[in-house]
Amino acid sequence: MKDTAPTLSGLVRDEAGTATAVPAPGRVQRRARTAADSARSRNRRSAQFAAWAFLAPLTVYLLAFYAYPLYRNLDLSLRNYTVFSFVHGGAPFTGLANYTAVIHDPAFATALINTLLFTLVSLLFQFVIGMALAVFFAQHFPLSPTLRALFLVPWLLPLIVSASTWSWMLDSESGVVNYGLHFVGIGPVDWLTSPSWSLASVIIANIWIGIPFNLVLLYSGIQAIPTSLNEAAALDGAGSWTKFRKITFPLLRPVSAITLMLGMVYTLKVFDIIWIMTKGGPVNSSTTFATWSYRLGFGNLLPEFGPGAAVGNLLVIMALIAGLIYIRVQRRQAA
Amino acid sequence: MRTKQSARRVLGAGLATLALTAGAAACSTNTATSSSGASSSGTYTVWDPYPQFDNSSAWVQLLDKCGSAAGVSIKRTAFDTTDLTSKELLAAQQGVSPDVLIVDNPVVSTLASAGVLTTTSQTHVDTSAVEPNLLAAGQISGSTYGIPIGANTLALYYNKNLLSAAGVNPSSITNWATLNAALAKVKATGKKGITFSAIGTEEGSFQFEPWFWGAGANLTDLSSAQAVAALNLWTTWVKDGYAPNSVLNDTQTTSWEEFAAGSTAFSENGTWQLANAAKAGFPYGIINIPAENGGSAPAPTGGEFVTVPVQSNTARYATSEKLVTCLTSAANAVSTDTTLSYVGATTAVQTQQASATPALQPWISAVQAAKGRTSDNLGVKYPKISQQLWTAVQSALSGSSSPQSALSTAQSAAQSAIG
Repeated sequence: MKDTAPTLSGLVRDEAGTATAVPAPGRVQRRARTAADSARSRNRRSAQFAAWAFLAPLTVYLLAFYAYPLYRNLDLSLRNYTVFSFVHGGAPFTGLANYTAVIHDPAFATALINTLLFTLVSLLFQFVIGMALAVFFAQHFPLSPTLRALFLVPWLLPLIVSASTWSWMLDSESGVVNYGLHFVGIGPVDWLTSPSWSLASVIIANIWIGIPFNLVLLYSGIQAIPTSLNEAAALDGAGSWTKFRKITFPLLRPVSAITLMLGMVYTLKVFDIIWIMTKGGPVNSSTTFATWSYRLGFGNLLPEFGPGAAVGNLLVIMALIAGLIYIRVQRRQAA
Repeated sequence: MRTKQSARRVLGAGLATLALTAGAAACSTNTATSSSGASSSGTYTVWDPYPQFDNSSAWVQLLDKCGSAAGVSIKRTAFDTTDLTSKELLAAQQGVSPDVLIVDNPVVSTLASAGVLTTTSQTHVDTSAVEPNLLAAGQISGSTYGIPIGANTLALYYNKNLLSAAGVNPSSITNWATLNAALAKVKATGKKGITFSAIGTEEGSFQFEPWFWGAGANLTDLSSAQAVAALNLWTTWVKDGYAPNSVLNDTQTTSWEEFAAGSTAFSENGTWQLANAAKAGFPYGIINIPAENGGSAPAPTGGEFVTVPVQSNTARYATSEKLVTCLTSAANAVSTDTTLSYVGATTAVQTQQASATPALQPWISAVQAAKGRTSDNLGVKYPKISQQLWTAVQSALSGSSSPQSALSTAQSAAQSAIG
């Protein structure tokens, strides 16, 4: 509050100063001008000070809660931390040794492939189903708002609830999914306990959770498309598929891009669902970078902070690459 | 213009307040830090992994009683047991460790190697009455880093109705062959044989170790013929349908729920389920886990150690010692172990428990035969070995590799992890 007060009164003084300077001739004018100049520079300085004061809280916040943790994580990943050096300090700097160790770990290839598969397959299905539902709900029909609200349920549920429910439903022995399959004449599938199915199971659960997010964003995007375009196309004899392909989809491109981008970042870091449903197992069959990083840092009796931080940083880099691709795509669209 | 200005003023005021509160928060953290550390001598902090106990519970009342006996007030915080290790490591890094820390026994060696814990000789805590096999989990290279508050271990619960329906006499189960025969008879009646937890965490290793040790295997050699025999046993159970496939994902709690549902004959589970067993709605019995060739297999010890973390103000140890001694004294330990459903760590407590509840006898003998996971001077090597062990169990039970090759992989991975 104190910081802003001089700026406001300064502005008023400045206006007054220039007002008196205009009619006065000769020396008086010159004197007035120098006075006005010094007042202006004083004002500029105090305005600058005020600007910095306004910026300070945000800067402090960003530094304390974003930059510093990132720096610490980077530092953790570049040093050989044992539990002793974590507490007492003095961990030797080992450069990229943690990264090399992580990359040469037998779990690395599995985790990388799983992370990519998990993210891309989830995104693909979430987006396609979300888009289909958005188009469906764009045509107004009775109960449409109610049904749309119901589709939001997965999003509103706490992740621990939905993940636990999924893991009950997919249980090999008593799960409702295998019970249903039994009726169709298909033998029980070990959804969560077979290495060939565990990743598919967590992807299915994640798709279910991600659909509402896609639905909401794409639906609001469709609402923004002027109806006159669709009406004009209909007059020209376009069917619904042509209308979607030639009008809705192209006009939704910016919304689609941001939906996919945000979905990518959210999906890359998914941890809860996988950890609750399979703990990344059996063995490493559903381990992604997120669960692997957690396992290294916290999931063992003896924490391995260095490699855990290294895997976490790899994840940050992957998200960063996704972000850069998005910016690139957006620029090209704007151009 | 006026509204804009006043809006700006409000914004400015808001930001200034934000900055002020941020500053104040920073200050207050600092003061809190120093007060929980050394400056306020009248308050002693205790961290425990028993979030199930609230302030009205016997446990918290005991803490307060021990505090007032030592002339101090107690500030108690309960954590989830899986969170406690990292919380304590962070607290030690910031120099704000609690005065007394109650922590799961396999973690003691990790915290000790982090230089976070004092030895009992530093704090003059008397551990002479504790059973040596239980104390071993807290001993590294000749130093003792805490005192067990009680112990638990694993045994086999069985459903009397199902066994008599299948014509199995539980007392006939003395080794793996007789256990397998019993499981086959149960399966013939259309019921499940046994549940256990083979989950990919420490819990999975904990549950596998009685069979591993019961075959005569040693944690320093995961790929020995005995180890393969133990993993073969579990793998065959899952393959032959004696055990449900879901054991791969079951915690000890979920595997207990399957047993409590009433259609599984055996459950490998711990002392802490006794209260639930009484509520299960069918008569149950307990036998010790058999070793491969007869006799009881050594099961791993569970249960917490009472430890005293390192403080900058060493004068605090004297009072901490009083608190530890009070918490683990025979009279108090009996009531604590009863509420926790644990077996006492000293002969005195065990005798009192046996005379009060004769049903505890099989548990007491199981605890006496039990073995610390970090014993044999494994210390911080144990977590690395254990991780490979549960991975091997998961990989064999899920069918991704044979028990032999899973354990060979585990052994070479453990070797390179230990270095």
